[in-house]
Amino acid sequence: MDMQNLIHMANQIGDFFETVPDREEALSGIVNHIRNFWEPRMRLQLLEHVDAQSGAGLKSVVLEALRLHRGDLLLHD
Amino acid sequence: MLEHDYGTPARISETEVTLEIDGMQVCVPQGTSIMRAAALCGINVPKLCATDSLEPFGSCRLCLVEIEGRRGYPASCTTLVEPGMKVRSQSEKLQVLRKGVMELYISDHPLDCLTCSANGDCELQDMAGQTGLREVRYGFEGRNHLASSKDESNPYFVYDPSKCIVCNRCVRACEEIQGSYALTITGRGFESRVYAGKSFMESDCVSCGACVQACPTATLQEKSVIEKGLPEHGVVTTCAYCGVGCAFIAEMKGDEVVRMVPYKHGQANEGHSCVKGRFAWGYATHKDRILKPMIRSRITDPWREVSWDEALDYAASEFRRIQEQHGKNAVGGIVSSRCTNEEGYLVQKLVRAAFGNNNVDTCARVCHSPTGYGLKQTLGESAGTQTFKSVEHSDVIVVIGANPTDAHPVFAARMKKRLKTGAKLIVIDPRKIELVDAPHVRADFHLQLKPGTNVAILSALAHVIVNEDLVAHEFIRQRCEEKAFLQWRDFVSLPENSPEAMQEVTGVPASLVRAAARLYATGGNAAIYYGLGVTEHAQGSTAVMAIANLAMATGNIGREGVGVNPLRGQNNVQGSCDIGSFPHELPGYRHVSDTTTRQLFEAAWGVHVQSEPGLRIPNMFDAALDGSFKGLYCQGEDIVQSDPNTMHVAEALSAMECIVVQDIFLNETAMYAHVFLPGSSFLEKDGTFTNAERRISRVRKVMSPRAGLADWEVTMRLSRRLGYPMDYRHPSEIMDEIARLTPTFHGVSYEKLDRLGSIQWPCNDDVPYGTPIMHVGHFVRGLGKFIITKYVATDEKVTKRFPLILTTGRILSQYNVGAQTRRTENVQWHEEDVLEIHPHDAEDRGILDGGWVEIQSRSGETVLRAKFSERMQPGIVYTTFHFPESGANVITTENSDWATNCPEYKVTAVEVKPASEPSSWQKTYNRFRKAQHELLRSPGA
Repeated sequence: MDMQNLIHMANQIGDFFETVPDREEALSGIVNHIRNFWEPRMRLQLLEHVDAQSGAGLKSVVLEALRLHRGDLLLHD
Repeated sequence: MLEHDYGTPARISETEVTLEIDGMQVCVPQGTSIMRAAALCGINVPKLCATDSLEPFGSCRLCLVEIEGRRGYPASCTTLVEPGMKVRSQSEKLQVLRKGVMELYISDHPLDCLTCSANGDCELQDMAGQTGLREVRYGFEGRNHLASSKDESNPYFVYDPSKCIVCNRCVRACEEIQGSYALTITGRGFESRVYAGKSFMESDCVSCGACVQACPTATLQEKSVIEKGLPEHGVVTTCAYCGVGCAFIAEMKGDEVVRMVPYKHGQANEGHSCVKGRFAWGYATHKDRILKPMIRSRITDPWREVSWDEALDYAASEFRRIQEQHGKNAVGGIVSSRCTNEEGYLVQKLVRAAFGNNNVDTCARVCHSPTGYGLKQTLGESAGTQTFKSVEHSDVIVVIGANPTDAHPVFAARMKKRLKTGAKLIVIDPRKIELVDAPHVRADFHLQLKPGTNVAILSALAHVIVNEDLVAHEFIRQRCEEKAFLQWRDFVSLPENSPEAMQEVTGVPASLVRAAARLYATGGNAAIYYGLGVTEHAQGSTAVMAIANLAMATGNIGREGVGVNPLRGQNNVQGSCDIGSFPHELPGYRHVSDTTTRQLFEAAWGVHVQSEPGLRIPNMFDAALDGSFKGLYCQGEDIVQSDPNTMHVAEALSAMECIVVQDIFLNETAMYAHVFLPGSSFLEKDGTFTNAERRISRVRKVMSPRAGLADWEVTMRLSRRLGYPMDYRHPSEIMDEIARLTPTFHGVSYEKLDRLGSIQWPCNDDVPYGTPIMHVGHFVRGLGKFIITKYVATDEKVTKRFPLILTTGRILSQYNVGAQTRRTENVQWHEEDVLEIHPHDAEDRGILDGGWVEIQSRSGETVLRAKFSERMQPGIVYTTFHFPESGANVITTENSDWATNCPEYKVTAVEVKPASEPSSWQKTYNRFRKAQHELLRSPGA
């Protein structure tokens, strides 16, 4: 998957949830959206990027959400 | 196949009137004509100018009756019933009067009944019989119109004025039903003639067929009937074009379609049609149909015609090989929204049960997926809230990002009817669409915003409604989440969301926005209709939620005349989403991670269902390019032509090892395929479509599948070879399974569809006859949820290099990728895609009207002919994507909706300049297409 595209998509999601007044709700909103709509290989690649590149290019709200709720994005099947 | 004609339209009244006609007592609603009352008790009063699709006119003087206690002979079509009235429809005097009228008509009518194309289907002929006409005392030598020449300019019907009795039915149909006003009566007395201008083709006629349908003689006659003769049987079915889902009678001669006639009892269209459904069905038997399965190892190899068994064996073995080599998730499926519900259900079942993953998607991904997301979040169900008929009760109609007269013409005709009787209209669109200024219809407000700023303008409208306290407080208190409402209220009331602040973003004067908001909030029943101009944006889902917010804030939801109404692009967009074609949802919009739902399907299907979402269409392309997605089963969809950034799509498909295309034509995607499975048109199979108002309607087989198998049978056979047998004997059994497993479809069956005509889901034990209006009393999610919708500018911005914004759409005569309509006479209206450009922009660039121009974006470039147009403001250009060689999607980018990945087709930054030859992409692609067609015709094929 094109990493830049994944970063762009994640940031777009961040743009939307950033407006939620409750910060925790916003962070979980970002992760839940990615969890519900992104196929596992996309999620795992994004997490790899967070680990290997410190999430370069990701908006701070997205990065915070991914770090806080990392476990929710791992495979469950 | 004539449906019974009651002469005048039905009237609705709570007061019943009892009268006597020819000694029979009849009880009808107040306001009913005597003619209709008579017809309802089986008495057919002679008539010519009356038909029950039109308001009574009272010109032919054939329907005269006698009424006890009254002098004279009133026309039964224009005389209304009264209590205790005693009517005689037959008497010696009436017979004499009627015969006299008929003599006059026939004295100026060719006596060629035996060779006339309407012989056996002519009301004039019938009336001559009914009135006992035996002679014409006036002779035939007087002045007449028998030498009048025909107008054969329209590709689908002929106007023969020599047969015209000037009953006005065609003119009235054009006005009352279609609202085009293309026809009139010119001249007076003997000189009175139906007039369309120089010719029908050069007139404002939109070829909806309403005039042809209304004509009682052979004056306006389908060319197909002239050529083939009258049909001998008819089958009611559903149109396979847009999301209106019109019911038609396929009128047949054996297994050949003679004509498609709009079905009067069709609940979506009530007897109306458009040029596509009515006339553009010839593609089904076009010579380009591929009727034999074909395979090849590489896309550079010639196609080889093989048996169904060999093709399916090869496809299955390739999918299994890929899964063994690259993993279970390396394959997937795409099913078109043009396919039936049953076909869509089987494809997603094959992917989930036989492939063992959730990599299934539908082309709704690239049109209305934001509708599914946005309405689910706010209202609780991924569907529109109303019936089409509901618009008759609207006082204010908002049309945003939709062009119904082109894309949903039959609903547009219904909408125009209401607008002509007083409803107010707000159009929010970058283009001056027809509704802004149509005959007898004029928008009260046209908010001509810049492309990509829907959310900004919706926030500004909400700002006015909140800050001027036009909010429906009681509705919100009872029906919506309070905390979410308060947060939303605080957000929209911020100064940065005011129309004045947003004016710079949207380009719309604040005063217009304020006035439109007041009208929407205070003008009575207000309904919002929207289309792809809302969804196909980076903020598509946000805009859908903003629309739902507006409806909730003003209490415009949960009753007739209001609501949130997505106008779905294709025939079965709603259905394809309903039945589980999305990679994250099982049928009924239930997420794959929901254990209870998954267990239900696992028990029914006898397999494990993955709990992780699968790849969406754009994700499939990305995965193909990174080497982790290698095989695709693509049914009915042309992703190469319809998806954005064509070169990216082509590159992705070229990287795959097995692409199986099931289609009726060798479409653009099939040129990258390794297996071609011939599909069946909507005339060749049974099934159902679900239209934009959640209406499930039957598709009925009128001829055998030309390639031998219907699409659902092909999917079953492929699944069996993949080791997962499916054994349905008929699509009704597939619907039975959907109903068993999906609460909102629980009460749906073919038997009930046959009985009721159609059903709007939800349909279950609580609502056995379906649900015309949703969210009555409470929202599906319980309390409605306001969601904050902050405007975020798209990343697709104009620059010095790309200073114009390209937006795309469709036109009336063509449909989607054009695979169907390009293979009909509809090309006479639109034979190529053009670039509409404002004369100012053209002048700045030295571009001539009709000259070639190159359109360049950061994705690619293509060359089209320029057409000057002032429908857009300077700075905005427009094109359609109906022809593959146009390459409209070579230009569009992969920018997409944040929530659903629906592409941002509506905003692409471009530069336009004069050109003298096709673009390099066009040259390359034309060579590729030519080579592919040669591979089809080569000795191996």
